[in-house]
Amino acid sequence: MTDKAPLHELPLFEVFIRSKNGLHHRHVGSLHAADAEMALTAARDVYTRRSEGVSIWVVRTKDITASSPEDRGPFFDPNEDKMYRHPTFYDLPDEVGHM
Amino acid sequence: MNRPETDPHFEYLLRLGDSSLILGQRLAEWCGKAPILEEELALMNIGLDLIGQARLLLSHAGQVEGRGRDEDRLAFFRDVQEWRNLLLVEQENGDFAKTMARQFLFDTFQGLQYRELAASADSTLAEIAVKSLKEAEYHQRHSRNWMLRMGDGTEESHTRLQKALDELWGYVPELFEMDEVDQAMIAAGIGIDTNALRAEWDSRVREVLSEATLTVPDVGWAVSGSRKGQHTEHLGYLLAEMQFLPRAYPDARW
Amino acid sequence: MAEETATAAVLVRKEPDREVLEEAFQVKVDAETRIEPKDWMPDAYRKNLIRQMSQHAHSEVVGMLPEGNWLTRAPSLKRKAILMAKIQDEGGHGLYLYSAAETLGITRDQMYDQLLDGSAKYSSIFNYPTLNWADIGAIGWLVDGAAITNQIALCRCSYGPYARAMVKICKEESFHQRQGYDIMMVMAEGTAEQRRMAQDALNRWWWPALMMFGPHDAESAHTSQSMKWKIKRSSNDELRQKFIDATVPQAEYLGLTIPDDQLAWNAAEGKYDWGEIDWDEFRNVVNGNGLCNRERLETRRKAHEGGQWVREAALAYAEKRQQRAASAPEKKEI
Repeated sequence: MTDKAPLHELPLFEVFIRSKNGLHHRHVGSLHAADAEMALTAARDVYTRRSEGVSIWVVRTKDITASSPEDRGPFFDPNEDKMYRHPTFYDLPDEVGHM
Repeated sequence: MNRPETDPHFEYLLRLGDSSLILGQRLAEWCGKAPILEEELALMNIGLDLIGQARLLLSHAGQVEGRGRDEDRLAFFRDVQEWRNLLLVEQENGDFAKTMARQFLFDTFQGLQYRELAASADSTLAEIAVKSLKEAEYHQRHSRNWMLRMGDGTEESHTRLQKALDELWGYVPELFEMDEVDQAMIAAGIGIDTNALRAEWDSRVREVLSEATLTVPDVGWAVSGSRKGQHTEHLGYLLAEMQFLPRAYPDARW
Repeated sequence: MAEETATAAVLVRKEPDREVLEEAFQVKVDAETRIEPKDWMPDAYRKNLIRQMSQHAHSEVVGMLPEGNWLTRAPSLKRKAILMAKIQDEGGHGLYLYSAAETLGITRDQMYDQLLDGSAKYSSIFNYPTLNWADIGAIGWLVDGAAITNQIALCRCSYGPYARAMVKICKEESFHQRQGYDIMMVMAEGTAEQRRMAQDALNRWWWPALMMFGPHDAESAHTSQSMKWKIKRSSNDELRQKFIDATVPQAEYLGLTIPDDQLAWNAAEGKYDWGEIDWDEFRNVVNGNGLCNRERLETRRKAHEGGQWVREAALAYAEKRQQRAASAPEKKEI
């Protein structure tokens, strides 16, 4: 995500599309546009040519804050041993019924 | 009546279909040459919409005529003077400013036209209008945005766009002209009074031009004639290219 | 200051040495774990990917031109619409690929510059001219057919953004080859003139389509390293053979003759034997001596450089709008 675009290059936007109501918007790719409206219509023309969506989000790539690969250990590993967060950790008698 | 043998209903549908087809063909000329890759896809989407409209309208025209001509017979085997498209849409692409100015003037008109035609007594035409109106609304958003970007962009873009508007403005009055075919179609509940759309078109266009810091042209000339088959010389070349193959090999099926 | 020092102390990690990193990288690749943009990767891997992906993107975009040559002359409105949608897809595929390449730290404009100054290549096949309508059929059938053979293998490429772009592209391209073959079927069953056009198109596109798979494995400069990194998943020769085996029966069905007098079914090995590619022609076209090399690049140059004022206008307008909106309260709705 380096922002080393030379002068005059249209900035990069990331495109997210909700394929149908009830589903999350999902990242589908990126494109270049001068502003959000241009990015939105371009996303419509580029990424929904086969009726792939009912809603589009566009966001400037440089406005996304991302975790880095080095964060992977401290961010995600500590949760691997906390099985008590998952329902299957608990054994309940059958008499209790569905819980 | 110049051509009493012509069915006004057929004639009316030809006018609609021909304008869509010729403008679609013009947009196809941009293939591989657009200023931005994203815009390339947008131009093709618009072109595809227009060609799709033309296919529906010309097929319907052929059925109304009842002489066995289908969309392709009508598209590929009529010479210049049998075409009924507006002069505006046959004008050459020029630069991106001219293409977008032409598009904006036409999109605004076509959107209003389809909105009214959605209530046509010709139910096939009404269905085509309802479907096409959604397309035209998107086209308007697209070309309006470009009018703003280029008009209120850089000095160069402003100059180019103003020049394009000045060059095209004389073809605008023809959009709103009415003749005996229009009158007959209004009487039959099939056609619409385009004259009544003028004020709304004017206000929409003026609003955008003003926001885009552009001047409404005052060019002092206006030409028309497409309803009678009078065209500018550009159309002949467009047709020569478009029709070449079916005419060179008339026995072939493609 | 004390706080700063403390933070620094926590963050100081021993810089792992290159060999360790490279080894870990290869372990990941071997385990079929996709490499993502911010992950560490060898410089050569990055460079190799940029070269391959940008070349692929350029091929899509330059590839629009030979077909665009017939868009305004398509012989029916249905064919015109189909061709327009197909060429549009190619523009879209170029765009997906440029975007994927941009995750490696190169911009689209930089890639365009490399295309226009000749330092980046595109598939040589697009330097051949489209001379009759059957060429549009042959491009869909043979050129897209060859491309798809290549691309299916790339859906499992080790670099995540490239693999994802390829999945999308393969899905969309599935109609391209069919529409090409459909044109060929109609032509092959058509008038004597159409039949002649169809055979002529096959004669001119067959060998260039085989060249699309690149040099023989033994002579391919990039193959072995690319295979190790899983940038490439099958070798040039494997893919080429696969394409030939699939395509020969299709030509037979059309009643057309493949222009290779050494072509014969090898029952023992379950594959076709075939003649030899004219590598002099291949090199000649790669080096700029195809019928359309200069014209293709010139068209792209005019589009890009001639479009500069349009992009500048869009940027200038966006900036003006932003300045005007700076004082206005922000709207939020999702």
